[in-house]
Amino acid sequence: MKKLESSLLNMAVVLTVISVIAGGLLAYVNGVTEGPIQEIKAKALADGIKAVLQADEATVQQVDTIDGGVAIVYKTDKGTAVQAVNNNAFGGSIKVLVGFDAEGNILGYNVLEHAETPGLGAKAGEWFQKGAKGDIIGKHPAKNNLTVSKDGGEVDAITASTITTRAFLGAVNSAYQAYQGGAVDANSSATQQVKEVVKDAVDAVSKAACCGDPAKCEANFCTGDKENCVCGSN
Amino acid sequence: MNNFKVLMNGIIKENPTFVLLLGMCPTLGTTSSAINGMSMGLATMFVLILSNLVISLIKNLIPDMVRIPSFIVVIASFVTLLQMLMQAYLPDIYATLGLFIPLIVVNCIILGRAEAFAAKNGPVASIFDGIGMGLGFTIALTLLGAVREILGTGKLFGFTLMPEEYGMLVFVLAPGAFIALGYLIAIVNKLRSN
Repeated sequence: MKKLESSLLNMAVVLTVISVIAGGLLAYVNGVTEGPIQEIKAKALADGIKAVLQADEATVQQVDTIDGGVAIVYKTDKGTAVQAVNNNAFGGSIKVLVGFDAEGNILGYNVLEHAETPGLGAKAGEWFQKGAKGDIIGKHPAKNNLTVSKDGGEVDAITASTITTRAFLGAVNSAYQAYQGGAVDANSSATQQVKEVVKDAVDAVSKAACCGDPAKCEANFCTGDKENCVCGSN
Repeated sequence: MNNFKVLMNGIIKENPTFVLLLGMCPTLGTTSSAINGMSMGLATMFVLILSNLVISLIKNLIPDMVRIPSFIVVIASFVTLLQMLMQAYLPDIYATLGLFIPLIVVNCIILGRAEAFAAKNGPVASIFDGIGMGLGFTIALTLLGAVREILGTGKLFGFTLMPEEYGMLVFVLAPGAFIALGYLIAIVNKLRSN
């Protein structure tokens, strides 16, 4: 068969036909796979909730979505699991699921989504588990200072992955705030502590003056005085 | 050119990574471990075979001036199909690979082969070209991933070969990708010239 000529009509018709066929095929497959994908996501979530609550069986009694999905609170009969996101990780955002008992102590956590460097930040899945170097299990975000030790907190950062650690702890603290029923900011970093909220409010004035525009200060990390301001992410 | 020749052409003589130096973005970005490299290679191969087949079948229906947009619609459709099907029926593999699949659309190997081979040859030869190029890409990415994983973390496919403390982290990061790729290309060129 001879190749079709590049006339205006031919080009328009061929492109339209190809797009319509492709669109139809995609719509059909999307319809077929939608159900299984939802089931898998629901199952993964249920498994995750059970894992972070250290329970074999848990019944979700109430689901609260905060700020359009920044944090989702799942209240169950075995405790509360909170899914929270932090956008200041090294590879973009990090999504964690944290389990709290009735007092607010951390029962367990699970990194749901991340794009951290393998061998470095990707260790977040194990680093903070029970018995590991950055153990946060059993700690309480309001009583323990869950920030990187470099920032004055009590959690050892993943070796050479301080940014990931800050983002992870930021997500954990956001999860606690959501658990307490507060508003959540996915862009706050772990340097902003739950227990230091009052102190931070006072500091915020001097910090704002220090950097002029705190919004430009991506990691909210700001030291020095008015003249010699250092605003960095690490 | 018989089909076996077409197949070997993609793996050795015109290896997309080591010889043609095509598709460097996924090559450098996804090879932080051997398994990631291999997964990316296999996913690319799947799309490459299907897009080569379809494009060689409809090549005469596409006017020359709109061939690139047509090819891209075909390729992007296959990538999206692959993503949805894997997510629904192979969730474990999707968990590892999911991040890389949308990257396949912009992989210039696929558009390059559609343009350079599938648009000029029949469907059977195009399938073999897809397999050959896909295998060549997979082998190259697995090799690069393995080198980076061993030197960077002391592991290979997740099995520890030496204590992690001896690993050179630079090989897991982007600069290590360039260094390792450069040496691999040099070695392959040396072997090919002999």
